[in-house]
Amino acid sequence: MTPILEMRGITKTFPGVKALDDVSFKVMPGEIHAICGENGAGKSTLMKVLSGVYPHGTYEGEIFYEGEPMAFSGIHDSEARGIIIIHQELALVPLLSIAENIFLGNERASGGVINWHETMQRTQALLRKVGLTEAPGTMVDKIGVGKQQLVEIAKALSKDVKLLILDEPTAALQENDSRKLLDLMLELKAQGVTSIIISHKLNEVRYVADTVTVIRDGRTVGTRDAHAGLSENDIVRDMVGRDMTHRFPDRTPKIGELLLEVADWNVWHPEHKDRKVIEDISFNVRAGEVVGIAGLMGSGRTELAMSIFGQSWGRNISGNVKLRGKPIDVSKVDRAIAAGLSYVTEDRKALGLILDETIKFNTSLARLEAVSKNGILDDMRDTEVAERYRKAMRTRTPGVFQKVSNLSGGNQQKVVLAKWLFTEPEVLILDEPTRGIDVGAKYEIYTIINELAAQGKGVVVISSEMPELLGMCDRIYVMNEGSFVGEMPAAEASQERIMSLIVTE
Amino acid sequence: MTTETQTPADEQTGGQTSGQTTMSIGSYLTHHLRDYGLLFALIVIMVFFQAMTHGTLMRPVNITNLFLQNSYIIIMALGMLIVIVAGHIDLSVGSVMGFIGAFAAVMIVNYDLPVLVTVPAALILGGLIGAAQGYWVAYWKIPSFIVTLAGMLVFRGASLLLLNGQSVGPFPRNFQLLSTGFIPDILPRAATKPLATAVGSFNFNVLAMGVGIILAMAIVYLGMRARARARQYGMEGEPAAFFWVRNIIVIGALLFLTFKLATFRGFPNVLVTMGILIAIYAFVTENTTLGRRIYALGGNVKAAKLSGIKTERLTFFAFVNMGVLAALAGLIFAARLNTATPKAGFGMELDVIAAVFIGGASMSGGVGKIVGAVVGAFIMGVMNNGMSIMGIGIDYQQMIKGLVLLAAVIFDVYNKQKQG
Repeated sequence: MTPILEMRGITKTFPGVKALDDVSFKVMPGEIHAICGENGAGKSTLMKVLSGVYPHGTYEGEIFYEGEPMAFSGIHDSEARGIIIIHQELALVPLLSIAENIFLGNERASGGVINWHETMQRTQALLRKVGLTEAPGTMVDKIGVGKQQLVEIAKALSKDVKLLILDEPTAALQENDSRKLLDLMLELKAQGVTSIIISHKLNEVRYVADTVTVIRDGRTVGTRDAHAGLSENDIVRDMVGRDMTHRFPDRTPKIGELLLEVADWNVWHPEHKDRKVIEDISFNVRAGEVVGIAGLMGSGRTELAMSIFGQSWGRNISGNVKLRGKPIDVSKVDRAIAAGLSYVTEDRKALGLILDETIKFNTSLARLEAVSKNGILDDMRDTEVAERYRKAMRTRTPGVFQKVSNLSGGNQQKVVLAKWLFTEPEVLILDEPTRGIDVGAKYEIYTIINELAAQGKGVVVISSEMPELLGMCDRIYVMNEGSFVGEMPAAEASQERIMSLIVTE
Repeated sequence: MTTETQTPADEQTGGQTSGQTTMSIGSYLTHHLRDYGLLFALIVIMVFFQAMTHGTLMRPVNITNLFLQNSYIIIMALGMLIVIVAGHIDLSVGSVMGFIGAFAAVMIVNYDLPVLVTVPAALILGGLIGAAQGYWVAYWKIPSFIVTLAGMLVFRGASLLLLNGQSVGPFPRNFQLLSTGFIPDILPRAATKPLATAVGSFNFNVLAMGVGIILAMAIVYLGMRARARARQYGMEGEPAAFFWVRNIIVIGALLFLTFKLATFRGFPNVLVTMGILIAIYAFVTENTTLGRRIYALGGNVKAAKLSGIKTERLTFFAFVNMGVLAALAGLIFAARLNTATPKAGFGMELDVIAAVFIGGASMSGGVGKIVGAVVGAFIMGVMNNGMSIMGIGIDYQQMIKGLVLLAAVIFDVYNKQKQG
């Protein structure tokens, strides 16, 4: 049987990073093919090459589809051949109806006039196919993320899809929504649709996939048959490529006095006034300790951190925060900083950096008092500070006058970290500190975290990657739906134990 | 793992740093094309109109007029630059300017209040107007376009109401001095007579020429000192050739202009006010924490807020500042016309905004320089003046100005895309 898709020797480079290095794999018609790999391994880049987001000529290598070589110059070309990709970030317009979204750019119209009758009818049929009972006229922002994902699939079906690509489709979904989606994939397979699913949730991969290709650090490790007794451990070994002990730098914890204590923390949603997002959370961090907060996306981890850090999120916030036993004022960001807190955001581009400005500009931004006198900036001191932190963090850049928008993800993250380290905090809250950065840079971020702990600072790490929490932390809190459902020393923790705490709640 | 990645990285960094200090003239020019391009454009435009008007453009009386005519635009452009860098816009400044002129006329002419009371009161009123608009923008997050569009209508109507639809004037002499006065010379007329004869003019203001020369020397001295310090810290600087060419052009222009002014009546009062304001605003935006925070706010308001910057308060004060400057511009404008008319300031906000964008500011905030806005205002001003002297109709003038604005912004976008 000839493969429906074959990618051969794909290499794609970005300034500073080789995202894909000689990646090859084949997909057989009618199968569900899983592509696994860590964050930053190159999975999404590979799919963007396939769908023409990165047009032919911007990468090396060849793509064969239905036996012919392809040279897509844009997403239109790949869609015309029946390759439809559904991205991690949903591409629906929230203020349009389901029907309008499904036929967006592909309107049922004659002479530019939309045939609403046909649009609604066909939408209804498509929605039935994906198991949705919503009216076609419902606004997309009125339905949940899980259902939005199904609308995306309905949209793909409306375009006569032959090869459906789902990029981390369940990342933002609850357990039962995920199950629904996976079952739909199996149903589509029975109808002859070939699918590629990108995921690092291995239980899901095992549930739907026929074949598994693992990518690590931008290279294909290998393709395996999922039915021939493949275990999750086999996939993990391929993904990680080395023992867990080597993924994290060594560290001997020296845990001291009680540093940060948060008690009876309650937060309400800023827009939905009757929704309590954080409920009665209490936790503490000791000097020299790395504390992890585990939980699924949407469990309220970021909201917890931001509500503590200057009430940057939520309303009607109540509770106490103490540092070394003394209550501190964290009601405004500048007060929280002055009290000794730092919060490194999960979204460095939108919330962490002024992208159009230089490394120097960003480094001192949260503590301009230290590089100025009576409000007048000392340019030399400013430059020295930025230079010192650039060296300490091993930020790979020609100099501190580089715009941060030109840096790779890992280096940008180091600039954000530098900014917060310069405020000389006692407790740092790091929200997904290694999201979207490559493995080498991750190791360096871990090293920095360890150095901070060794200096006697308290570190809180929020992460969706459980191996990261298990490898880095001394103690782990488990969070689910706005409250803490468990606490354990990392030595006694395991992915299974954390997961079961989340699931049983 | 760390040692593996560290060594090549350090080598790479070292190599590129040394490459940077000896940055080639070509690559320096492409990176700073915008800064030089603007200055170059102004010079080209001046030379062009000098030729087209057969030398009228640069006659002493016309140079003096150029400053007087554009002073209120430039003063407002200083405030507008800050508003635009902060990520907003103020459409009300033309109306506010007219309203404050009307307010001053009613106070002074109708109620006979002294100028020394009226001027501070007008500036405070301008600040309050800015505060009233800034409050909604900063704390209620209402788009500045809408708030200030409303302000534009309100204060246009308020001027009409205040003036009863009539022009009010004339102003007493001491109020007119705000705009039409000149700084008197330190030497009596008789003493400078031989100098005036020597340069072939009726008059020669030694004070103006002296200040011009001192300023020129100060510019070179400060520039060289900054260069030396940068060198000392191993920072990349402007190539020497550029430094000198730029300085010679700037000093040449400065001495040329002061000479022209000296042979007329010296420095107009308003030029001194304007010069001091430009210097203060350039310093604040480039060298203070306040300025740094405004750029951060405009560049990414969420990130700025999470860095402990009081973004709401900064936005609020950007509008208060704009209101005060609009009020000052309104006083100068009324003093210049020697009357307050209900039409004063009509459409002026567009000239101010155009000057800021020609000067390189970005619509999305976070980008723009005071010097750019000032040069942008002069480009518009010289074009207005030159085209009027040439007798080009207002119809063509508007079209040409519109196209120049478009071209400047296209040049910006093109430049940015090229640099990636």
